[in-house]
Amino acid sequence: MSDLPPRRALRALAFLGVALLLCAPPFYLDVFWLRIGLFAMAAATGAVGLGLLTGTAGQLSLGHSFFLAIGAYGYTWLGGEEPGAGLPTVLALVAAVLLAGLAGGLFSPVAGRVRGVYLGVATLALVFLGHHILVSAEPVTGGFNGLSVPPLSVGSFTFDASGPELVVLGVPFGAEERLWYLSLALFAFTWFTARGLLLSRAGRALKALRDSETAAAVMGVPVARYRAGAFVLSSMYAGLAGALLALAFRRVVPDYFGLALSVDYLAMIVIGGLGSVAGATAGAVFVTALPLLMTRYADQLPLVTAPGSAGGTLGPTEASRYLYGAAVVLVLIFAPDGLGGLLHRLRARFRMRRRPAAAPTSAATAVRAKEHTP
Amino acid sequence: MSAFLASLLNGLSLGAVHALVALGFVVIFKASGVLNFAHGSLLLLGGYLIAVWHPHLGFAGALAAAVLATAAIAGAVDRLLLQRGDAGAHTTPAQTIVTIGVDVLLLTDLSRRIGGDLLPLGDPWADSVTRIGPVSVADSRLAAIVVSCLVIGAVFAAFRYTAWGLSLRAAAEDAEAAALMGIRLSRVRTGAWCLAGALAATAAVFLAAFPAPGLERTTGQLALAAFPAAILGGLASPAGALAGSLLIGLTEAFAAGYQSELHVLGDGFGDVAPYAVMVVVLILRPQGLFGAKGAARV
Repeated sequence: MSDLPPRRALRALAFLGVALLLCAPPFYLDVFWLRIGLFAMAAATGAVGLGLLTGTAGQLSLGHSFFLAIGAYGYTWLGGEEPGAGLPTVLALVAAVLLAGLAGGLFSPVAGRVRGVYLGVATLALVFLGHHILVSAEPVTGGFNGLSVPPLSVGSFTFDASGPELVVLGVPFGAEERLWYLSLALFAFTWFTARGLLLSRAGRALKALRDSETAAAVMGVPVARYRAGAFVLSSMYAGLAGALLALAFRRVVPDYFGLALSVDYLAMIVIGGLGSVAGATAGAVFVTALPLLMTRYADQLPLVTAPGSAGGTLGPTEASRYLYGAAVVLVLIFAPDGLGGLLHRLRARFRMRRRPAAAPTSAATAVRAKEHTP
Repeated sequence: MSAFLASLLNGLSLGAVHALVALGFVVIFKASGVLNFAHGSLLLLGGYLIAVWHPHLGFAGALAAAVLATAAIAGAVDRLLLQRGDAGAHTTPAQTIVTIGVDVLLLTDLSRRIGGDLLPLGDPWADSVTRIGPVSVADSRLAAIVVSCLVIGAVFAAFRYTAWGLSLRAAAEDAEAAALMGIRLSRVRTGAWCLAGALAATAAVFLAAFPAPGLERTTGQLALAAFPAAILGGLASPAGALAGSLLIGLTEAFAAGYQSELHVLGDGFGDVAPYAVMVVVLILRPQGLFGAKGAARV
């Protein structure tokens, strides 16, 4: 039933609608909302990469913030003038992604052999060693104070308010508006490559690896190579995300790329649902937007006070951390496959009810759903 | 020479404290296959409870109460949050991530309460110092070594001689067979969590005592240094955790003690040296120093 042309056409139409909808915000929303969007798109790019690694290949990684840092600092240093190589910024962006991939590749002797929680802790080392290097290698990284990020420019067009003035349909296009489309384009690229990979032979191999390494090896999957490959790829997505974050922040500082950031990314993919691109995206938007929204509307929320007010009260950052800590715990307890999986199962159950004599496949889903829901 | 001795003693005492924490990781991992990322927060919780209770109960009373309370809370985390669904499953990455969520919750709450303060724990050693030959050592450091030896000895004896220890070892060996033999896996693992909580609260005392200024909200992060210790030894090996902890403690102390010679590596290299050591060991032996190499036969 699902292969009928009308349904496909409907899908294409829905897709076009979403694409148009995502292009609209710069014309209607102010800078605050656009910045949330920029951070969310950058985070989603990184989360998709981590989703590939942890969700699909089953390798726990806490080192994601290290690769984000490589991307961010790589872009800033390669494209920057003052300390920096002064490359054309587009080249710097590409090089930063490759650099993150290279860093992942250098770590792959560990990533290819160490498994499960061991890998999680091994990647912890990357975060601490990376932070140490970022702080100590002052001539390159600017030490504690970090570096300011050069704006991306293609030819004479800069993704910054400083470039030639640009007004589209009566809306002046500043840095945020321009970056929005850049982020959107790069995120679309991420989305399609990641989905393509998941549906490909390599994606199936990675899933087989997650379910049983032995079985995968018997089926002819070169285990160590695929594990290392997943690691490198996820580092490259992280590198891209880092560069996008740097462009949105306009300044990179070492303290941002700590363990907490890695945990944030883990929370994103868990809340959204492991092993799905859409889930990672949804989780990224949730985790990124929550603290920003809470800060903005702190005075209107019950229990929450504005930042900087007297101690002992619940600040917006803390409130959002409570919320997302609780979200991680609750999602994993009640819906181990995340919000995406929950939706999926609800749909399956709904379909069952409509057609009691369902095909055996959907019946199996429903039974599994019962096991998962306490 | 005295610099060497000082580093050695410092390293031993640091290693002893790490061992308390690392043993907690190992016991939990053995019993439940979960790597407890909330361990640092549990440690902070134990320290915080001692800090809050010691004016009322005295140091010993507060310590005892905090150890019990932390043990109870760790056990409750396991019972209420982790042991849901298929309790028999032994490899559970999802449960490991749940502990990260628990860590976020606990840490947020505790750092909100502690704020920027330095809480004294009211320990009896204060800032007294003993001279041993050419070097002087803080009494709290010596106490750390003595207490850790006693506690760790007791834990090892419990592994070996008590019914719970036997059950734990059986469950770690083959959970299914142990369950069939009538061992209640859920009780065994909750017991392990309680033990780990108690160890963490004990370790908090020494992490906040004299050379350190007191308990701060970042004290729990010091427990992260015990991660490489546990991994180095092989996560499922208590003896390995001991060896790994000593190695990490000595590495830290010597990297800090010979800071000036290591200046090329940047200031504060001592804090990250354990991780560097861990990466090197994992490249050479992915299963840790004492871990068994798992073999798969098809």
